[in-house]
Amino acid sequence: MAILEVNSLGKSFGATEVLKDISFSLEKGESLAIIGSSGSGKTTLLRCLNFLETPDQGTIRVGDEVIFDASRTMTVSNAELRKKRLHFGLVFQNFNLFPQYTAFRNVTLAGELLAQERPDYKANKKAILDEIQQHGRDLLASVGLSAKADNYPHQLSGGQQQRVAIARALALNPDILCFDEPTSALDPELTGEVLSVIRSLASTKTTMIIVTHEMGFARQVADNVLFMDKGVVVEYGSPADVIENPKNERTKRFLENYTNA
Amino acid sequence: MQEIIKVLISGFGENLRIFVLTLAMAIPLGLIITFGSMTKFKPVRWLTRTFVWIIRGTPLMLQLFVVLYAPGLLFGIPMRDRLVATLVAFVINYAAYFSEIYRGGIESIPKGQYEAGAVLGMTRRQVFFKVVLLQVVKRIVPSMGNEVITLVKDTALARVIGVAEIIMVAERYTKQGLIGPLFSTGLYFLLFNGLLTLLLGRIERKMDYFRV
Repeated sequence: MAILEVNSLGKSFGATEVLKDISFSLEKGESLAIIGSSGSGKTTLLRCLNFLETPDQGTIRVGDEVIFDASRTMTVSNAELRKKRLHFGLVFQNFNLFPQYTAFRNVTLAGELLAQERPDYKANKKAILDEIQQHGRDLLASVGLSAKADNYPHQLSGGQQQRVAIARALALNPDILCFDEPTSALDPELTGEVLSVIRSLASTKTTMIIVTHEMGFARQVADNVLFMDKGVVVEYGSPADVIENPKNERTKRFLENYTNA
Repeated sequence: MQEIIKVLISGFGENLRIFVLTLAMAIPLGLIITFGSMTKFKPVRWLTRTFVWIIRGTPLMLQLFVVLYAPGLLFGIPMRDRLVATLVAFVINYAAYFSEIYRGGIESIPKGQYEAGAVLGMTRRQVFFKVVLLQVVKRIVPSMGNEVITLVKDTALARVIGVAEIIMVAERYTKQGLIGPLFSTGLYFLLFNGLLTLLLGRIERKMDYFRV
């Protein structure tokens, strides 16, 4: 069974329909690249999955839990909403690291706050915090930033900041990690280090949804590619099908801009 | 001479008392007013903003008179303690100013900071206190510094409702033909504000370790 199933998701901002009848599914360990021109609804789709926007229509299922169903007027408590959110991690285009904390604290902060809600927190405080901190160190090591653990975000390059942001998103062990154009805010010479971190996550079968403009990268890393235009899914399939042999006219036109560039 | 200095110092003690107590109460009260002026519940927001508009739009001197006389003349409960009246007027006035500075600071924090906290499962309270607050503090320290220095000088206004602050006690000497005491009161304000300026600079430097 697919780990994520999105069914006829719709979202409007006022009179503008940003997402129309979006459906797709994702297997555990799969990485899905979402491509499309700006304004096609890619980012809104990610934001809906992370509950930063509330869809108007459709359902979202993670594992065997329907976490969102627009047809049922669910009065979701804040606590439930937070729990649902934790199925997903999100890496933002412009990092959004917390400037007053070191790289290490950025990674561990949310986990420590969450741990305070555990019933055994008081009894095992030290062990729990040790574990979170060890996990944080391991994550920073995995993105190649052990040496920068005590640096503040403004002391890091954009690529390093984004790698910290990836470690931070991984710290809560989300089922699905989402990337919203993770390299778009970076200077070209810094995109490589971020892409290689994502590539290594793909090789260890991290379930990911990557909104990206890096076609070469999508072709290499993604198991499937979803092309969106004007709020609808135009084409979906393996990178070989969608990127190399697009069938739809709109996909062809979109990709031409990249091959010509 | 020594006698005069003693009198001036005790007068300035009154200024300092108003200053410290006003600051201690207006800083937290301002935050509550900020929440009122930013709430999604429109009636409360509208009321709070109207209140802030009135307080900021009328002279502090008038507010002092209102607090001193209104309870007695309108409700038959005379305000007997002039220092209390002064503090009530000052705290409300400064809390209104602070609340606008806080609001500007809070609104200047990028939405991404809230969203980053939210997707990491933080509660709204955690996002505010663990993520946003210190960034707001860093942004507002310079404008708060200006207000604080203005407050030091505003304490002299308490004399209009009969609080024996330094300028009031110094003025009495002019009746004996002495102008020196009155002029010298400026030194007390200058010196104290100089110390505050140093302290504020220190606070700003303390937060140099991060950028917002």
